[in-house]
Amino acid sequence: MIRIHKVFKKPRYLVLQQNTSTAGRASAQNQAATQPQVHSSPVIPNGLWGKCEKCGTTIYTKDHIKNHKVCLNCGHHYRLGARERIELIMDTGTFVETDAGLTTLNPLAFEGYEQKLAAEREKTGLKEAVVTGYGKINGHNTVIAVMDSSFIMGSMGSVVGEKITRAFEYATAKKLPIIVFTASGGARMQEGMFSLMQMAKTSAAVARHDQAGGLYISVLTDPTTGGVTASFAMLGDIILAEPGALIGFAGKRVGEQTIKQKLPDGFQRAEFLLEHGFIDQIVPRKNLKLTLSRLLRLHSRL
Amino acid sequence: MLEREKDIRELKNKIEELRRMALEKNADLTEEINILEAKLGKMEAESIRNLSPMDKLALSRLVERPTTLDYIEKIFDGFIELHGDRKFGDDPSIVGGIARLGSLPVTVIGQQKGRDIKENVRRNFGMPRPEGFRKALRLMKQAEKFRRPVICFVDTPGADPGAGAEERGQAEAIARNLMEMINLRVPVISIVIGEGGSGGALALSVADEIWMLEHSVYAILSPEGFASILWKDARRAQEAALKMKITAQDLLAMGLIDKIIPEPPGGAHRDPDRTAAAIKDCLLQVPFDSMLAQGEELPGRRYEKYRKIGSFLESDG
Ligand SMILES: [Zn+2]
Repeated sequence: MIRIHKVFKKPRYLVLQQNTSTAGRASAQNQAATQPQVHSSPVIPNGLWGKCEKCGTTIYTKDHIKNHKVCLNCGHHYRLGARERIELIMDTGTFVETDAGLTTLNPLAFEGYEQKLAAEREKTGLKEAVVTGYGKINGHNTVIAVMDSSFIMGSMGSVVGEKITRAFEYATAKKLPIIVFTASGGARMQEGMFSLMQMAKTSAAVARHDQAGGLYISVLTDPTTGGVTASFAMLGDIILAEPGALIGFAGKRVGEQTIKQKLPDGFQRAEFLLEHGFIDQIVPRKNLKLTLSRLLRLHSRL
Repeated sequence: MLEREKDIRELKNKIEELRRMALEKNADLTEEINILEAKLGKMEAESIRNLSPMDKLALSRLVERPTTLDYIEKIFDGFIELHGDRKFGDDPSIVGGIARLGSLPVTVIGQQKGRDIKENVRRNFGMPRPEGFRKALRLMKQAEKFRRPVICFVDTPGADPGAGAEERGQAEAIARNLMEMINLRVPVISIVIGEGGSGGALALSVADEIWMLEHSVYAILSPEGFASILWKDARRAQEAALKMKITAQDLLAMGLIDKIIPEPPGGAHRDPDRTAAAIKDCLLQVPFDSMLAQGEELPGRRYEKYRKIGSFLESDG
């Protein structure tokens, strides 16, 4: 296995590989979190190749990464980490990270939370579940916030709420547009009501940016559920989504348990939301950068 | 907690029975009755001491606990209910309308649980659907237009998680309320009267002040759900309730709410009139007139109130 590591761009897959006993499954993505039922966790191909979890075709790791983790055969979009997303979207060398030094405290003195955070930092190489900053997309200046579902399921606690809020405040102050890529299982359980209140705080920042006439584009990626969906994710002037992304309010299992009723398959997918009028467009990953830059251009204030 | 409530109810019934027997059989049971009444008094007093968070959760969910409509009737005059979201339908799990607080016209909105099984089914157990949140927002915007304070009663296990709610944009409805409530140019007071459940509660409580009744709770998720998600074991709900810090007392100590309104001994349901009077007293102390006069400043103040919430450390990258 050791020699295979070279093909991965990011060293963090090393950790995933070592932790995963089931070939081709990143169980780490699923264990955390608030949405244990989320299907479509990405296959990290076991070694040089693996099988697509959607269509079963053989996927060669090199090609898979070159294709930004979209299955060459069926077009299934696997999850991207925040760093990979920034690399894909932002013009090379233009991204400047902001507020990287924020780390959460343990407001409820919740047992094991500090250890959990330390383990997640180790596992992902990230400090928290969102990376924020600014830079250029095909030459257009923008503020950007990118969530990463591999960090405690992309859950929103004090730091995610604060960084998103600061990103909006920065965009408002600098009269820049802001693009937020959402990927979240919902609220950070371990921070209790502090997490819930981040929904109000971030929505307030969206409201201010909105009142100041600023552009906000949200891009919903797999998975976007819970408190993030019910706050800034759904408040974009323009809301885009990646194909097949799970997007919803309640987890399917939670829903079924609460209302004791089977929920139909696919009812929380991007396509379902498009059909029901809650998003503007589904954009395949390969077109995303171009679509975003065209939108930025249409809103640029000369 | 529920056990204790049951014991108290049984003892009360027994005393009643003895009284009836004494009348019917013309026997002197005064001594027996006195003993039981003393015991009842002791049990009632004990039942409010040392309430655990789980006890409070049970109390907050008690079907006898006064609901939004009970308080509206007792606190305000001339309530006129207004229905519908003008988009899809009317959600009976949220009620709203116009009433007078003393002489001041106000808009009143709240989640409504059922007071029996049949009403609970109709009210969807107080779990709002998108049209409920949209009705609430419509009434808030109407209040803003006519310069009326908004008073919200929060009492919900959470927003409806079902397929229909998803289809009609549950997340969007909640998000929209959060964004719009921040900007309302009229005073907003939210009072948690029972169960404050997650986003469904938050969508009625982005407010200038958040108050809670003494034994009410406000949580990110039910302790049962919390335990099953975090520990994959719903039976650890008791432990979750303790660790989640969901009581009015915990939330006041953490600075997340502004006021606790005391309940009568044993809880709001033991004396709904007194509870309503306590709420009304607090409402009458709010300087609504001057807040209405400074309406333009309210969004900024509300922004700062929420802006401060968070628990983190800052260091250089
Ligand atoms: Zn495939």
